[in-house]
Amino acid sequence: MSLALDPKEQPQLLSPSIKMEQVTDDVLRPMGRFPSLPWHLAFGAAQVLALCLVVPVVYQMFYGLGRFGINQPVGWGVYIVNFVFWIGIGHAGTLISAILFLFRQSWRTSINRSAEAMTIFAVMTAGIFPLVHVGRTWVAYWLIPYPAERELWVNFRSPLLWDVFAVTTYFTISLLFWYQGLIPDWATARDRAKNQFFKKMYSILSFGWTGSVRDWNHYERCYRQFAFLAAPLVLSVHSIVSFDFAVSHIPGWHTTIFPPYFVVGAIFSGFAMVVTLLVIMRKLFQMEHYITMRHMELMNKVILGTSIIMGYSYAAEFYIAWYSGHEYEQFQFLSRPFGLYAIPFWIMVICNVVVPQFFWSKKIRTSILWMFIISILVNVGMWFERFNIFIISLHNDFLPGSWGVYWPTAWDIAVTVGSFGFFFTLFLVFCRVFPVLAIAELKGTLPSPSRGSRLGVGDHAHPDHYAQTDEDEGPGGGGPGGPPRPVEGS
Amino acid sequence: MARIHVPAVLGFYDDADDLMHVAEKARVQEGFKNLDAYSPYPIHGMEEALGLQRSWTSTAARFGLFAGAFLGFSFQSWSSAIDWPVNIGGKPFISWPAWVPITFETGVLLAGFCNLFALLIACGMYPKPKTMILSKRITNDRFVMVIPVTGEEEEKRAIAFLRRHKTLKVKIADRIDKKRERVIFRAVPVEGETTAS
Repeated sequence: MSLALDPKEQPQLLSPSIKMEQVTDDVLRPMGRFPSLPWHLAFGAAQVLALCLVVPVVYQMFYGLGRFGINQPVGWGVYIVNFVFWIGIGHAGTLISAILFLFRQSWRTSINRSAEAMTIFAVMTAGIFPLVHVGRTWVAYWLIPYPAERELWVNFRSPLLWDVFAVTTYFTISLLFWYQGLIPDWATARDRAKNQFFKKMYSILSFGWTGSVRDWNHYERCYRQFAFLAAPLVLSVHSIVSFDFAVSHIPGWHTTIFPPYFVVGAIFSGFAMVVTLLVIMRKLFQMEHYITMRHMELMNKVILGTSIIMGYSYAAEFYIAWYSGHEYEQFQFLSRPFGLYAIPFWIMVICNVVVPQFFWSKKIRTSILWMFIISILVNVGMWFERFNIFIISLHNDFLPGSWGVYWPTAWDIAVTVGSFGFFFTLFLVFCRVFPVLAIAELKGTLPSPSRGSRLGVGDHAHPDHYAQTDEDEGPGGGGPGGPPRPVEGS
Repeated sequence: MARIHVPAVLGFYDDADDLMHVAEKARVQEGFKNLDAYSPYPIHGMEEALGLQRSWTSTAARFGLFAGAFLGFSFQSWSSAIDWPVNIGGKPFISWPAWVPITFETGVLLAGFCNLFALLIACGMYPKPKTMILSKRITNDRFVMVIPVTGEEEEKRAIAFLRRHKTLKVKIADRIDKKRERVIFRAVPVEGETTAS
């Protein structure tokens, strides 16, 4: 198995008229010009939203966590809801880059770069919440086992510590994997850059990549290994996140279904976020040739499929609660649809199970407007799913004496909304300064201009007459005749 | 420093299949040695055409995986059972099932680093990056076949071979200007003329 796909085996998704040079131009163009007005408007809006995150976070560092709605017994509030939600969003990126790669789905080449960027930014956004939620953010590094003056180590038996390792590893591996894919594309940018400063910068970023087949041989091997590392990693991360809950014995949390249930939910919400982002991105940067309707449709099919698994998981949870004969568990699951938090519960069910069923219709599946609306509703639904799992279970557990009510305050809502601003700010910066499509991989999936026809031994009198069109190669390329003279390479 | 063998005859193509075809012929039929090729993207089957060996980077990644897992597991055991044993809920000091997640994560983490650094080292891009490129168009849309030659005879043979194979253009990489880190090219001699310089 190799990164280079055999074009004969793959369905052709891109128009055969697209040439390699055009891919280079189209992808690198936004990096070399002043951003457009729509980009500025989107960026400005994202920045304003991001302030909704920054201001409360800074404020609570002075005031304390009491500024927010969290209290006993619901000590986790929207912080953990947002953390799990954003980690989940990230999972689609790794799924596209690693798991679809291992299954040899060539359609991933148009979307993997932006999906991986989404992973990295989503994990960064997620990381803010536990760091703020520890209360004394300035000593959050105590989570890391380091030889401290206290001489006491962290507790390795705690799922919360597993989470620290899982999330940091996930972030690091996603970043390295993403960077490996970027190396040849930085080289493309380097060879195209006119400005000396950018040329130097891209040359550093690309480590001087030359495109030698010997290097590609190593590159493909490493890419495959990253995929093999990232595939179990992505499954482990949300499983470990779910252990935060499943390992405790709170009714509604203490179930074995949690790891797969969380992973599927993550893929579901992540794909919805990819669809939302790509609908915007392909419009903003005129990428419709590369991110075609077929790509969008395939992603919508993934959303539909995972939505069915989600529906099954909800049903299984209810069934097991009844079947267990555990009265606290049963009470918990009765109070979800009919209790205090019935509205969030029904939002979840409608958005996650009912709404995606519209994707059975090809017309809706291939309509940009509809998929945009549905993908946003799916993300709303997934946010409320986390809300249901964490808040409802905590608000009434065993003893009625320790029951309590939690509703997000304006501050809680501000950080939630603000996290989207933070995420979109990063993503828009990415769209501006990175090659948003994997140029090299995309070229590998283009149809060959001459497959089969130009092969074979030709008896050409003057093959060098092509050289005239090759102006970039410098004068020394040698047509017949002319004095041999040394020429500097480019 | 790039591993560019000089002097070498270069053939330019605009299609991956042409390059692969030429590479295979040059190696198998013509018996040229130390062949290299350049392409904008990885080509399916190119390793076989050039007779390249399996990349050793997988060994590095595997080493990282096991070393990371071993270090992660032993650090957890050491800190929880030897350096400061703490009784947590009556669990054994080495409660190994609880350490599986972190063992896995540290293994994957070190494997990832080993993998990327192995790639950079294998390609000769670390610790010092490559500074020479053969053509600006390789990362855009050109495929280049590189046939290192030792003498004038072989050079002529390589040129003739490339010309027989629909090569867009033939060039000769003559020598490397080490100071300016550039490849110096020389024009292809016309038939019947001897090579200058």
